[in-house]
Amino acid sequence: MTPLLSVQGLSKNYGAHIGCADVSFDLFPGEVMGIVGESGSGKSTLLNCMAGHLVPDAGQVVFDTRADGPQDTVTMSEPARRMLSRTDWAFVHQHARDGLRMGVSAGGNVGERLMAVGARHYGDIRGKATDWLERVEIDVDRVDDRPTTFSGGMQQRLQIARNLVTGPRLVFMDEPTGGLDVSVQARLLDLLRGLVRDMGLSAIIVTHDLAVVRLLADRLMVMKSGHVVEAGLTDQVLDDPQHPYSQLLVSSVLQV
Amino acid sequence: MIELNDVSKTFTLHNQGSAVIEVFNDVSFRVAAGECVALTGASGAGKSTLMRMIYGNYLAQTGEICIGGVDLVQAAPREVIQLRRDVLGYVSQFLRVVPRVSTLDVVAEPLRMVGVAADQAEIRARALLAQLNIPERLWSLSPTTFSGGEQQRVNIARGFAHNYPAMLLDEPTASLDAANREVVLSLIEDAKARGAAIIGIFHDEAARARVCDREIDVTRFVPGVAA
Repeated sequence: MTPLLSVQGLSKNYGAHIGCADVSFDLFPGEVMGIVGESGSGKSTLLNCMAGHLVPDAGQVVFDTRADGPQDTVTMSEPARRMLSRTDWAFVHQHARDGLRMGVSAGGNVGERLMAVGARHYGDIRGKATDWLERVEIDVDRVDDRPTTFSGGMQQRLQIARNLVTGPRLVFMDEPTGGLDVSVQARLLDLLRGLVRDMGLSAIIVTHDLAVVRLLADRLMVMKSGHVVEAGLTDQVLDDPQHPYSQLLVSSVLQV
Repeated sequence: MIELNDVSKTFTLHNQGSAVIEVFNDVSFRVAAGECVALTGASGAGKSTLMRMIYGNYLAQTGEICIGGVDLVQAAPREVIQLRRDVLGYVSQFLRVVPRVSTLDVVAEPLRMVGVAADQAEIRARALLAQLNIPERLWSLSPTTFSGGEQQRVNIARGFAHNYPAMLLDEPTASLDAANREVVLSLIEDAKARGAAIIGIFHDEAARARVCDREIDVTRFVPGVAA
């Protein structure tokens, strides 16, 4: 089977400081991978390098494109990479405000992504937008309201609808449940889990919440100081961690 | 169906003075299709640890753990996930579920994962829940608020929903009354009859004597304690 995403020797430095160093892995279709580590361990740098938001210093990010098969997205032309990020890729930001257009209605936020890939029929766009608001459990009456009038949890669900409406194959998520209260988190996680399974999505989720990865991720990478110190099946890494840092991370979680 | 060859396991506690605990050495045995084998040994001997290794939850340091042709010690995460979905079932002592998911969906999920249609999966889930005496008015609720015994039965229903060729059962009859214990034992007998290879931990000696074909005392794999 061809990996959907193949990362080889990805490195990024900030001057003398290491962002992430020599990261390599293959992600297969339908797989969900979690990346955990403390603040500053390089997990967001790695995510942004993979998603094309940062230019890595070395390495390849090979994506299996629909049209041309595996292509290195680091050396790809800017328009081709932008097209990819509007179609096969999606990026869910930690702060919904970074991923939404706050001055545009909820329906407009979802519809905009459809128009970016060529949809023009107003009725179809609005129909699809309301359908997605329902799927992420936002009351359809709110379709014409701006996200500024939404709660944090609703904004995050709207961001997810905006991202998934074009049927991407790979979703990058940066702390998707960060900053939300626990009851809202549970609802969002349940929603994400259902969407990932029903749509057969592959996803890479950066988080420092081990409960989130246990619920969503098939496999896990543990990062420390820019390096991947351990990788494997999620429940194996969490229940029988091998590296000193992974053991510290798992044993530091307070029992509820 | 299940085959272990020269498996060893140590825990290294890096943050507690790098203490190394040798758990098992040279674990070798096999379980054939249609056979039920009990793991025995005193509390703390490592029965659950060994079972978790066979599920791929704990990592073995050396050796092979082969189930249906896949070596769990070397397999990539996606191969382990596929094995657990299609071939290897595990009934743990505790139900771990996502909040907000109904009991019917919890039980039907393993069937949905192997591609069974939603209505067929629900019919099977309803039959199992009824068989295990879970009141029908609870089926649409999440099992998170159920009593310990009810959760255990939901867990068993989930574990037996799909006809796995290999099954691991950790104390399946613990905290059950006589009637439900009888249901679980008959489920195990049915699974054996259709050819499942089963490894179980039973503190209930009568249950063990009834469903198990032989016993393996894990104490003989523990370094320094071997008889």
